Amino acid sequence: MSKMNMLQAINNALDTAMAEDERVLCFGEDVGVFGGVFRATSNLQQKYGKARCFNTPLVEQGIIGFANGLAAQGSVPVAEIQFADYIFPAFDQIVNESAKFRYRSGNLFNVGGLTIRAPYGGGIAGGLYHSQSPEAYFAHTPGLKIVVPRNPHQAKGLLLAAIHDPNPTLFFEPKRLYRASVGEVPDEDYRLPLGEAEVTKEGTDVTILGWGAQMEVIDQAVERAEKDGISCEVIDLRTILPWDVETVANSVFKTGRLVVTHEAPLTGGFAGEIAATIQERCFLYLESPIARVTGMDTPFPLVLEKEHLPNHLKVYDAIRASVEF
Amino acid sequence: MTTTKSKVAYSPVFTDGAEFRIPTFKLLKQDGKLYKSAKAPDLDKDKALRIYRAMVTTRILDERMLAAQRQGRLSFYMQCTGEEAAVIGSAAALDDGDMIMAQYREQGALTYRGFTIDEFMNQLFGNEMDYGKGRQMPVHYGSKKLNYMTISSPLATQIPQATGYAYGQKLRGEGHCTITYFGEGAASEGDFHAALNMAAVHRVPVIFLCRNNGYAISTPAAEQFAADGVAPRAYGYKMDVIRVDGNDILAMYQATQEARKLAVEHNRPVLIEAMSYRLAAHSSSDDPSGYRSKDEEAVWREKDPILRMRLWLESKKWWSEDDEKQLQENMRREVLETMKRAQKRPPPPLESLVSDVYDEVPPALAEQFDRLKAHIRRYPDEYPKSAEHAKGGA
Repeated sequence: MSKMNMLQAINNALDTAMAEDERVLCFGEDVGVFGGVFRATSNLQQKYGKARCFNTPLVEQGIIGFANGLAAQGSVPVAEIQFADYIFPAFDQIVNESAKFRYRSGNLFNVGGLTIRAPYGGGIAGGLYHSQSPEAYFAHTPGLKIVVPRNPHQAKGLLLAAIHDPNPTLFFEPKRLYRASVGEVPDEDYRLPLGEAEVTKEGTDVTILGWGAQMEVIDQAVERAEKDGISCEVIDLRTILPWDVETVANSVFKTGRLVVTHEAPLTGGFAGEIAATIQERCFLYLESPIARVTGMDTPFPLVLEKEHLPNHLKVYDAIRASVEF
Repeated sequence: MTTTKSKVAYSPVFTDGAEFRIPTFKLLKQDGKLYKSAKAPDLDKDKALRIYRAMVTTRILDERMLAAQRQGRLSFYMQCTGEEAAVIGSAAALDDGDMIMAQYREQGALTYRGFTIDEFMNQLFGNEMDYGKGRQMPVHYGSKKLNYMTISSPLATQIPQATGYAYGQKLRGEGHCTITYFGEGAASEGDFHAALNMAAVHRVPVIFLCRNNGYAISTPAAEQFAADGVAPRAYGYKMDVIRVDGNDILAMYQATQEARKLAVEHNRPVLIEAMSYRLAAHSSSDDPSGYRSKDEEAVWREKDPILRMRLWLESKKWWSEDDEKQLQENMRREVLETMKRAQKRPPPPLESLVSDVYDEVPPALAEQFDRLKAHIRRYPDEYPKSAEHAKGGA
């Protein structure tokens, strides 16, 4: 065990994967000797050489196209997109190529070795283009897996699982937590399951569901709600696609109430999908409408970031409203 | 820091690259004789005949399957007609272990590699023996054993993938390369530029083969780019480039042979621009009379690459009128008979609707599938292709 922040845990996961398997490659803009703009790939080029950890030209569609080809060939590429906000030039390669490679070839070929890492989410005064949470765009694409970790321990275990998973995986890293979130992380290789949510706190009155940096926000809101005597069950979804309906539904059977929160805008956000599925599953058990606490339907703002974000007060309000309905 | 070692000018000097006029490499005249100073590449009789048979087979397959589409047997078809030399001449210059990542008009390369008529038909009819499990429109072939990547409809996506695939081949160090095919229209896509630049920067053993066939559906090349074709773009990436008469089988073969050496032995990616003409329509859904003249087509029909090769083979005494007659008859018969067999094969099982999305069917999808099966069982006459399959299981 070592004390690490989330960046160190991610760096450690990449180091672990590269040490174990020479087919693992890390590349992207500024990923080489510089170690990435956030230093997630620090020292990897020095350790494993320029052929396995390198800079690419500044072209996201090229990075992912190149990564798709490498994965089809049998390599295990871990491609970095410098910010999730800049992933859209690669949308075609991800949605039409990565996601459909296995299906369209009848499993003759696949890009299961592919992992795409991208710093993601708000809270760092990044404005419109260094703050977005684009998971819902990709969640509409069968064939992809989408993972978001909440702390350093989760980040290493989930990233190693994503790298070894036989399906193309998007790994969104809440950059607000990069240095802020610190915890004990095992030094060895370990993998946390994809497609499984985790109940991080048990309770009986209301279920609060989120992922990534939103889990900290939930914890603060829950602390306040519990002082009011409300017993909260907290779930970290961890994998957005394919998501763990079972764990969420079982919790709602018990509590009868659900609050879902994410940073991305409300309309078309993944909370809508969760709400639709859970009302289908748990219709007769629900005591109150499923609540969504999200970013507003605006581009991500700069100066008014605090007002825009679904902070602990908004989540707390939603918990109260749900219980008092 | 810049890597551009430019001369200095003290007045504004603009250049438009007009000094870079790229010649077209040719060896074989339309009468099957070599140009005066041209020398035939090292191509033995067996290989020459393998190439020629693949060209004729491709032509016959295309004629027959377009007719089948017109008869309503097939939903869609795309012909390689007119571009057989560009595609097969280049594929023949490779090692059969090299990867091919094509666009959709390169069935000739597959024919050359040994894809059987039966394999073509199974894909075209999307039957239970189609490797792609009936999921893609006709002509989206793929073959793992022949190192031919399954075709994807979005244009140019295969080009940066070829760069990545070839980078992996270089790391593996087995002396293989990747060739990727695309049209001059697809070369306008961002993926083209990304792919060539990355290949040059990372010194990747990949051959970019642009089939400049004059049209992107209806858009003529003159409305696709202002420059002298696609070839000059290579200079911008510091990449080796050659322009070839795409209807000249010997020139295509030799140019690709040399390109392969640069790629595999020196890690130098190469751009080849094959100048040809799409003699057929873009697809069975297209009608070229709306955008080009019969006269223009006639000019190119005179430059038929298959006839040109046949005349060369005859001049070498490697091919005769009788050989031709026999090949034509055999292939037409095989195509017809195989088509009838393939058309009768059942569709892929209902399970193929949900398999291969992931390595395993996720729970939510398994649930959707169970609901679908229950629904089909309630309306078996409305779903005749899958009603039998729906009986099994939950």
